[in-house]
Amino acid sequence: MGEYVSNVIKIMSEYWDVFLITGVGYTLLLSAITVALGAVLGMVFCLGRMSRIAPLRWLVIAIVEVVRGTPMLLQLYVGYFLVPQLLPFPVSDFFSISVALIVNSAAYLSEVFRSGIQAVDPGQTEAARSLGLSAGQTMVKIIIPQATKNILPALGNEFITIIKETSLASTFFVGELMTSYLKVKGATYLTMECLFIVGALYFLLTFVLSKLLNAFERRLKEND
Amino acid sequence: MIKTVELTKSFEVKKSEPLQVLKGVSEHIKKGEAVSVIGPSGGGKSTFLRCLNLLEKPCGGHIIFEGVDITEKDVDINIHRQKMGMVFQHFNVFPHLTVLDNITLAPVLLKKRSKAEAADQARELLARVGLADKAAEYPKRLSGGQKQRLAIVRALAMEPDVMLFDEPTSALDPEMVGEVLDVIKDLVKEGMTSVIVTHEMGFAREVSSRVLFMDGGVIAESGKPDEVLNHPQNQRTKEFLSKVLV
Repeated sequence: MGEYVSNVIKIMSEYWDVFLITGVGYTLLLSAITVALGAVLGMVFCLGRMSRIAPLRWLVIAIVEVVRGTPMLLQLYVGYFLVPQLLPFPVSDFFSISVALIVNSAAYLSEVFRSGIQAVDPGQTEAARSLGLSAGQTMVKIIIPQATKNILPALGNEFITIIKETSLASTFFVGELMTSYLKVKGATYLTMECLFIVGALYFLLTFVLSKLLNAFERRLKEND
Repeated sequence: MIKTVELTKSFEVKKSEPLQVLKGVSEHIKKGEAVSVIGPSGGGKSTFLRCLNLLEKPCGGHIIFEGVDITEKDVDINIHRQKMGMVFQHFNVFPHLTVLDNITLAPVLLKKRSKAEAADQARELLARVGLADKAAEYPKRLSGGQKQRLAIVRALAMEPDVMLFDEPTSALDPEMVGEVLDVIKDLVKEGMTSVIVTHEMGFAREVSSRVLFMDGGVIAESGKPDEVLNHPQNQRTKEFLSKVLV
């Protein structure tokens, strides 16, 4: 036991920057990019899903079902190999993996948005339309502001989920926290110690974030 | 002002058997009239009212509003809805906006009023219904009666030519019914053309210039309040009134 502790301290003093700066930094960066752009694309998916144009609805349903029904790791492989082929200019692995993560996140978030929007009382739409607002104006001025309260907590949860799921990106050595584990383990051969460090960091990240999120949710409710 | 011609509406409850709620309603609501629509639940009252501003899309027939057939395909209904105010059973005030913003939203957005101008008008309207001190509050701080009064002035802020009331007091606690009815009464007195779906027979008798009795998807009887409510000719009207006027 004492040996483990001293090994952990030794590893941290030598490789702290690999874990804390490169690893945590890239994990947070990748997660933030994924959720931010995933939310934008998810909104597009959501509007497509609720569109009056049937083929558009079908397309979005198909994307969402495929994303939900296949493993994330497989999706990352597809992104890793497909994105560079589709684009006329050279892209980094980080970019390709980000694209795959964004599409995955967008599929899940589009359903979150849809249920958030549908949870708004239909009477609100009727009242707005009866005043003469167009469907678009009703969406922007009445529905989305109210749906946001339903959606924000779920968006935070998605961020936490994605932090953990980005670990799969280490398969492609893109530099996030799990990649740090692979690197340091390769240099030191101290598997359990490295796993412990990385696990503790993941836990700290998600634990702190979920506590912050809870506090934020409470404030939202108080304002209600 | 509003004329309906052979209006029909069915809902698809199950795929094979559509439920026909309106079976050819022809009616002419004239300027300055206050028309109460009474009748049993499921008789088509609310559906008829909701068809008038196309919140419910009729399956057949025509609605001519101020000379325009709004059931025509290329009509921009949003323009016409601005002239038809609507008040709902469940108020449907906007919870994320202050009382004042509830009222100014549509005039600023659709009538291109300045914010200040719209706010002045909104304050005037709020004073009229006794809510002047609530302008900065959010609707959750209002009682049911206050919410409904807010909903009424929100519609009035668009300066409509006709007001449609869909059971405006049905969701209210009994002690708040009066305050809302008084507001509607004042409006009618000022000559606002109104169509009121209501279960308040006393109110219908007092304020309306005409009463429509709807049952089974048709207007079964129509006439002055005294004629319909006190001396009904139609058998179904008689039965209905004997049940509600205890």
